[in-house]
Amino acid sequence: MSGEVWQLWSYLGEEPLLWLTLTLIAYLAGDAVSRWTGRAPLANPVLLAVLILAGILWMSETPYETYFEGAQFVHFLLGPATVALAAPLYANLALVRRAVLPLLAALLVGSVTAIASVVAIGRAFGLAPETLLSLAPKSATAPIAMGVSEAIGGAPSLTAVLVILTGIFGALIVTPMFDRLGFADFRARGFALGVAAHGIGTARAFQVNETAGSFAGLGMGLNAILTAILAPLAVAFL
Amino acid sequence: MIAHIAVILSFQLIGVVLSRLFLPILPGPVMGMVLCLIAFGFFPKLARATRPTAQVILSHLSLLFVPAGVGVVSHWSVLTADGPALLVAVAISTIIAMLTGALVFVGVARLTGSPH
Repeated sequence: MSGEVWQLWSYLGEEPLLWLTLTLIAYLAGDAVSRWTGRAPLANPVLLAVLILAGILWMSETPYETYFEGAQFVHFLLGPATVALAAPLYANLALVRRAVLPLLAALLVGSVTAIASVVAIGRAFGLAPETLLSLAPKSATAPIAMGVSEAIGGAPSLTAVLVILTGIFGALIVTPMFDRLGFADFRARGFALGVAAHGIGTARAFQVNETAGSFAGLGMGLNAILTAILAPLAVAFL
Repeated sequence: MIAHIAVILSFQLIGVVLSRLFLPILPGPVMGMVLCLIAFGFFPKLARATRPTAQVILSHLSLLFVPAGVGVVSHWSVLTADGPALLVAVAISTIIAMLTGALVFVGVARLTGSPH
């Protein structure tokens, strides 16, 4: 690279504008591919955008901290988006009221299974206790999971990575899995997805339909609370 | 639009303050969502007015996870040598949790007569 170009690059590379713009463009590209494939589950827009951006960061040797200077403006919107979930939830309140018992039963079983199964599988693989504790809250939304992980003696940074992986995997697998098994109840599909795969699952559910999205958002919110209560109990079994 | 963004941010702010004060384990935005839902129950007009703005934000919910996702790739090293075991554990557990959750939902819905 010539001197001037290099100077321009190092100037832009330090500015939030560049990384914010690239985040939006990478997402639009991922979303375009997702639409083009008719919302095929494997063409997940989050996954595609993340791969594009990770490639750019790797090639330009940009540290994540520099990237986040720009991306934080997008990241910040997660909070308002969580509050905004109240709107579709309110619109579907009649549907939710009629399903209170199935909701609560699925919440309890889904949440316990999400925690117990990951700890049991991790244990079978011979993972260290600290790693198991970092795994336990993986189905809860990131801030809850990291807080729980820290409180019970796990590593919050590892938990954050596991939470995101859980969300992306849940979003990828949900449609092919439930379609193949013939689950037609979008309340059940959405809710189970929200409980097991938090916000990223909820984002996927909103792509499918609003009923699934609303129930997913509800599942995410309720499981955030329940995981905070249940995950510390998992410690007793280690 | 601006007014509705202000409504949403206000509920988040109240949620953050209340959860810090009384329920530190619950994230502020989740508390904000609960409060917002309660407010919608009392003021259905507010719910109707806020809905289009909320839909705009939620229709691109996926975008908001991109920065965190990039963080995963950048912090790949925290997975250390346990990486493959962790990936398999997360994948199998997520499948089991989704299946049991959906099965219980459908089962209880049938028992209690709550067909979709």
